[in-house]
Amino acid sequence: MTDAPDPMAEIKASFFIECDELLEALQDGLQIIENGDDDAETINIVFRAVHSIKGGAGAFGLEGLVRFAHRFETVLDGVRSGTMSVTPDLLALFFSCGDHLADLVRISRDEEDLPTAVTDGLLKRLNEFCDDEEEDEAKEEPEIEFAPMGISLDLDLTAEVPEAEAPAELPDLPDLPDLPDLPDIDSLPDPSETGKVERDFVITFTPQADLFDTGNEPATLLRNLQDLGTATVECRCNELPKLASLTPEVPHLTWVVELSTIAEQSEIASIFEFVEGLCKLDIVRGSPGKKTAKAEIVPEVEAVEATIPDPVKTPAEVKTPAPTPEPAPAPAAAKPPAPSAEKKPAAAKSGAGGAPAANAVVRVDLERIERLVNLVGELVINQAMLSQSLENSGLSPHSNAMNGLEEFQRLTRDIQDSVMMIRAQPVKSLFQRMSRIVREASGAVGKDVRLHTEGEGTEVDKTVIERLADPLTHMIRNAVDHGLEMSETRVANGKPSQGRVNLTAAHRSGRVVIEVSDDGAGINRPKVLEIAVNKGLVPPDAQLSETEIDNLLFMPGFSTAEVVSDLSGRGVGMDVVRTSIQALGGRITITSDPGKGTVFSISLPLTLAVLDGMVVHVADETLVLPLNLVVETLTLTDAEVEAVRPGVQVVLVRGSYVPLFDLGAALGYRDPIKSHNGAVALIIAHEDGSKFALVIDNIQDQRQVVIKGLDDHCYRAPGIAAATILGDGQIALILDPSDIIANAQSSQPTEKGIPA
Amino acid sequence: MSAKDTSTAIELLTFRLADQEYSLDIMSVREIRGWTKTTPLPHAPDFMRGVINLRGTVLPVMDLAQRLGLPPREQSERSVIIVIKHEEELTGLLVDAVSDIVTLTQDDLQPPPDTSTGKDANVVQALTFIEERMIRILDLSATVETLQSAAA
Repeated sequence: MTDAPDPMAEIKASFFIECDELLEALQDGLQIIENGDDDAETINIVFRAVHSIKGGAGAFGLEGLVRFAHRFETVLDGVRSGTMSVTPDLLALFFSCGDHLADLVRISRDEEDLPTAVTDGLLKRLNEFCDDEEEDEAKEEPEIEFAPMGISLDLDLTAEVPEAEAPAELPDLPDLPDLPDLPDIDSLPDPSETGKVERDFVITFTPQADLFDTGNEPATLLRNLQDLGTATVECRCNELPKLASLTPEVPHLTWVVELSTIAEQSEIASIFEFVEGLCKLDIVRGSPGKKTAKAEIVPEVEAVEATIPDPVKTPAEVKTPAPTPEPAPAPAAAKPPAPSAEKKPAAAKSGAGGAPAANAVVRVDLERIERLVNLVGELVINQAMLSQSLENSGLSPHSNAMNGLEEFQRLTRDIQDSVMMIRAQPVKSLFQRMSRIVREASGAVGKDVRLHTEGEGTEVDKTVIERLADPLTHMIRNAVDHGLEMSETRVANGKPSQGRVNLTAAHRSGRVVIEVSDDGAGINRPKVLEIAVNKGLVPPDAQLSETEIDNLLFMPGFSTAEVVSDLSGRGVGMDVVRTSIQALGGRITITSDPGKGTVFSISLPLTLAVLDGMVVHVADETLVLPLNLVVETLTLTDAEVEAVRPGVQVVLVRGSYVPLFDLGAALGYRDPIKSHNGAVALIIAHEDGSKFALVIDNIQDQRQVVIKGLDDHCYRAPGIAAATILGDGQIALILDPSDIIANAQSSQPTEKGIPA
Repeated sequence: MSAKDTSTAIELLTFRLADQEYSLDIMSVREIRGWTKTTPLPHAPDFMRGVINLRGTVLPVMDLAQRLGLPPREQSERSVIIVIKHEEELTGLLVDAVSDIVTLTQDDLQPPPDTSTGKDANVVQALTFIEERMIRILDLSATVETLQSAAA
């Protein structure tokens, strides 16, 4: 963004954005091939992705990228043309190359040093697969040597691209328009003869005002059509308004041409090449007799058009014009319905030809979205302020103002939800990164592992996705390294030798649940306990339930692997994962079935921008607690509160003792209260299932609050997660109860009990 | 500032703090707000008054008098919060009252006598005299940035 003055930088930036999309398509394609559905189109997609990256890279002079992509593409082309078949080895190589290509793209973007050794290694392996193309290689070698020398060579490279690739590239493009034709060809007696057989087309042509503005002439177009074969032209003037209400500038006419011709559909389309987007055009195969079918076409096209005017997609419907439009001769002998200004049908003035765009996507700067999100946050706060002041003004609840307010509240909520949706992204990109992690991790530990993903389309807030990458990577590595057994052990235990790691995402009751599971040995509980005892994490005589033992994995400084491998086992594992998940307002739980595997389940809020909070009062301050942490509330009496030792109190809740903390004192707002009579206690659940009680003065409300980040530049308050603005314009702090407790415990050193 | 041309005019916002006069470079002042109740931050240093709502953003406010080691003052009608922007960060400074805007040149400024010690040593970056009154010119980086270390 800082390079705004440099136009190249901008183009380059958008190239890298495209690269990300292409790499995603590449991964997708490889995944499909891996699943065994390697039809020609999939390989084409993969090929095109690599090819496009190469092309773009060439334009920006990214030699390293071009060189690698070129080789990769050559091998892919071999597969595409059928001279090579996809073996598991080759596929694995493709995956590595895909990963490396992604690396190269990132490196090129960040302008870091190229990892030449890795590139060369992969190039060598790629070369093994295409040694029958020595010629090609010979041609390439000199270039590689010259490549570092700079710009002149650069030209060489790019010049080489169209030259060498043109034959490979061109068949690509016509592929697209040809595809829809296929069913037709089947029905024809002899496909090779199609060029000569006379076929019938119905062409519906509705010029729009722009067509005339740009100096085009429908009569010429119609004449050109007539040159292709026998044409019957019918002009439809039913859209024509009364003379009095007629606007001469707006066209109202539609022509329907029934054409019998030996020409290809693309030739017909090429006549309209220059008026693409300036008219509604529909070319349909059909016999002239089918009047009814033809009549249907017009409304249908119009309906589609009104929804998505996307000029870019037009070719898909209109059929791509032939690459070289034939110079259209213009003889007379037509039936020219001269488009004079008087007769004009009232076609909708949408700017594009009939084309249902499959996935109309707008790229928006993240900053703008942030701004919108912030503004909506303001709106929510303002609405709360307004309703508070209206309520205080003593208006009747049935007054118009109050009714209007209710409507306003509903709208605000809807707008907020919609805006949050903008930030939501499918977890697919994240999952793709994980499949790479699995490949690398399994390679490093020598296990055969396959990743299965599910629910890739599940949408989560962008920030959540970004911040999930690290913890997920960790968990996936753990699953591969610790979770799964070696192949021999698996076979001995009657499991398939290939290990399986599942990664799933799903929406569940307003939260996103992401699960990482493996079909490995499960948690070895005796061993976990033994390690925990050895490391002094639990007393040797502790009696722990299975869940408690499993949760020991989340304790800081715990590592189970006997051999500390490259991958994991540095002892900074799962506690870090849990901390980062909690920072996202999520929870992580672990379930394990010995011999069958382990499941880590992460539950996350859909968005980080709003929070369901409980508004409470403590020592004259208003505070907000995340509602999902509060499992129970109760009113205390002194009789229920017991002092274990000075300063440490517990409260009896349903037969078990829960440690009690005075929130006001923990935050330093007041001295610890003497009497608990009448005070309210919130039972807060820890992620590990343990509970504690927070003493507050009273509960005020339960509502959605907009999260405002606290500026850390002045002072980082412990126990405070964020802030929000209440209806009265005052700021209330959002608490992080676990942090408060951790602080309270460290200030009065007590052992962390694990209450049952 | 010393790097600037000595004849360049600088504008200062002067304000009162515990019966003394201080000033700030007006270019760092974003706005001046009346006193509103702050939401205190737990375990914050004394001079951190808390946070207020500045049109939807959370603005930390510090009591400048306490920050400079002056006796704490009761808030009065005239107490105001000067919102300053320093290195892209907004901070509110609670002062007793704003008094004036004065235009000076670098020549009018004198370095403070080098007698100070301790953490607040360089909070005052220069002195000047207007009508026999001494006005202290605050060094914002020292005032705002040492907060982090003070809070840690």
